[in-house]
Amino acid sequence: MARPPIIASNVTKTRLSTAATAVQTWASGSGGTLSDRGRTDPFELARTLGEPGTFPYTRGIHADGYGGKLWTMRQFSGFGTPEETNQRYKALLLAGGTGLSVAFDLPTLMGRDPDHPLALGEVGKCGVSVASLADMETLFDGIGLDAVTTSMTINSPAPMILAMYLVLAEKQGVDWARLSGTIQNDILKEYIAQKEYIYPPRQSMRLIVDVFEFCAREAARWNTISVSGYHIREAGATALQELAFTLRDGIEYVQAGVDAGLAVDEFVPRMSFFFNAHNNFFEEIAKYRAARSLWAQTMRERFEARDERSWKLRFHAQTAGVSLTAQQPYNNVVRTAIQALAAVLGGANSLHTNALDEALALPTGDAALLALRTQQVIAHETDVTLTVDPFGGSQVVEHLTQEMQTGALDYFKQIDDLGGMVSAIEQGYPQREIADSAYRDQQAVEAGESVVIGVNRYADSGTGDAAIPTLYIDESVGERQVSRLEELRDRRDAARVAETLDVLRQGAVGTTNLMPHLLDAVRAYATVGEMCDALRDVWGEYEETPAL
Amino acid sequence: MRKVESRMKPERKIRVVIAKPGLDGHDRGAKVIARALRDAGMEVIYTGLRQTPEQIVEAALQEDADVVGVSILSGAHNHICPRLVELLKAKGMNDVLVVVGGIIPDVDIPTLNALGIEGIFQPGTPMQAIIDFIGRYVRGVSATSST
Repeated sequence: MARPPIIASNVTKTRLSTAATAVQTWASGSGGTLSDRGRTDPFELARTLGEPGTFPYTRGIHADGYGGKLWTMRQFSGFGTPEETNQRYKALLLAGGTGLSVAFDLPTLMGRDPDHPLALGEVGKCGVSVASLADMETLFDGIGLDAVTTSMTINSPAPMILAMYLVLAEKQGVDWARLSGTIQNDILKEYIAQKEYIYPPRQSMRLIVDVFEFCAREAARWNTISVSGYHIREAGATALQELAFTLRDGIEYVQAGVDAGLAVDEFVPRMSFFFNAHNNFFEEIAKYRAARSLWAQTMRERFEARDERSWKLRFHAQTAGVSLTAQQPYNNVVRTAIQALAAVLGGANSLHTNALDEALALPTGDAALLALRTQQVIAHETDVTLTVDPFGGSQVVEHLTQEMQTGALDYFKQIDDLGGMVSAIEQGYPQREIADSAYRDQQAVEAGESVVIGVNRYADSGTGDAAIPTLYIDESVGERQVSRLEELRDRRDAARVAETLDVLRQGAVGTTNLMPHLLDAVRAYATVGEMCDALRDVWGEYEETPAL
Repeated sequence: MRKVESRMKPERKIRVVIAKPGLDGHDRGAKVIARALRDAGMEVIYTGLRQTPEQIVEAALQEDADVVGVSILSGAHNHICPRLVELLKAKGMNDVLVVVGGIIPDVDIPTLNALGIEGIFQPGTPMQAIIDFIGRYVRGVSATSST
């Protein structure tokens, strides 16, 4: 049953200027405050605003907001061995988490096995180590894949890890058509920001389209990509750059699918997005609203999508890791709560809240639980879920939404002029834009223009700076994963592994969809490193020209 | 590898190699500090991503570096730093200052200190503190070694 949306009453000019003064550094425009610039005409606004659940979905993709379903509380988690992470998942589900989200360690993310020389000292440190199907089986031990939705944050080896999840479902007797979850599979933001790439961009784009095509046929409820602005923002981008680069990445993927012969409405409905939730409250809400509107219009007009599901931008949000401070770490709980509120008011479909200790280490169990509780308080103790887009009609938010859209379209044009996003990346354009923003950001902090409580303001209060307990991953994790891998190599059918890897290599030379070959390799217990190496043999590795 | 020329012209600029070892690609910190050191009048050479200790030492040797700064966020410092110091010593580069920035747990600091690494810059360190530390150290070394 749809409840009528509550529209915030128009603020008076006096209150507006107060609000605008409080927010000094919106990045969507020239950096001034709202009072420096034009305002949205309230009559024009009333005519064009539209309703939640209707095109272009500025106000949300659901008419009744969270009335039908709360956002998914999906806490990104993974560390050490698959056993340890499996225990953390069970604890999170028991505590009321409603989805899983796998954080892999760096060797897995880079397609290296735990015994590779480059993996030395990195195994299980930044996430969980998953080298083969055997590790995946342990990771989800006692968790039915038909009972949870799982998000997996992995990009270059995304097709390999997805293949493992699909084979695990097979073993559990769960139909692929019933599987629900997301594979991040967003390589463009890796070249732009996070830098966890393996292959050159054009070969990587092919892998992504292979996943689109395979899942459209075989796993129709699976989200085949999570086009991510999160990492772009964390690398230093402004809110506007995050919005613009992310959506332009999305456009690049849609174009790649179309170029490969897929019909837009066949794969775009399973594309999802992932945005940051940062400190500038109103600007963040405006960013989410602008994202929905821009995507809907782009899909309908530029790509002539006809299925409404292709127009609706669904997104996960995560609070800003980069805003967390090692100093006075309890302040991080407050930051995270405010950021999470912005994501909810902006209509996030899924949310991760950071833990207070994450400027120092991966979170302890207690810190991870407090992070989950933070969003549960927002969901269940406040009235925010009774409203839909409560800032719709607000002068500040509407104006910022408009500026975000205009600014993003300018960036789209620049990137189109550079020959598209892959080409812009090869020319180092988004990388330079972000590095410039990151440096300006740091200079503003050092000059005290950008306030960070506990760091450049109220730093010496003498309270709240006590050491907090942190999670420490010792080197034994690496040793255990290496010996587990050795046992696996002893007991599997080595000839079968070699054969499946050969077929994979041959497939990479041609243009066939690689997913069936990867599934066969996974069934033979080929490792992530072996599968990635097979493709390295054919495609080589990408090396960026560093841009300062 | 990319050289960043500084606009300032002192007689002998402090030469710094900024490196990003390990598998991690989060290079925001490395790039920001590289620019800050350049703007402070130093000559900065940024190696780019995923450099082994061997490659970093080779770069420091080629560039006649006074300072090697490594940015590590992934927890791999316990493996990377001892190797780096060992290789520098093997090449006779005992005067090269090694500084480390990133997520270094307090508990690991004594181990790094024991390797002779004094400049360990944890999250929230102002760039100016790093610039001052390097300036003080390099001037001190050149004062004793120039006679």
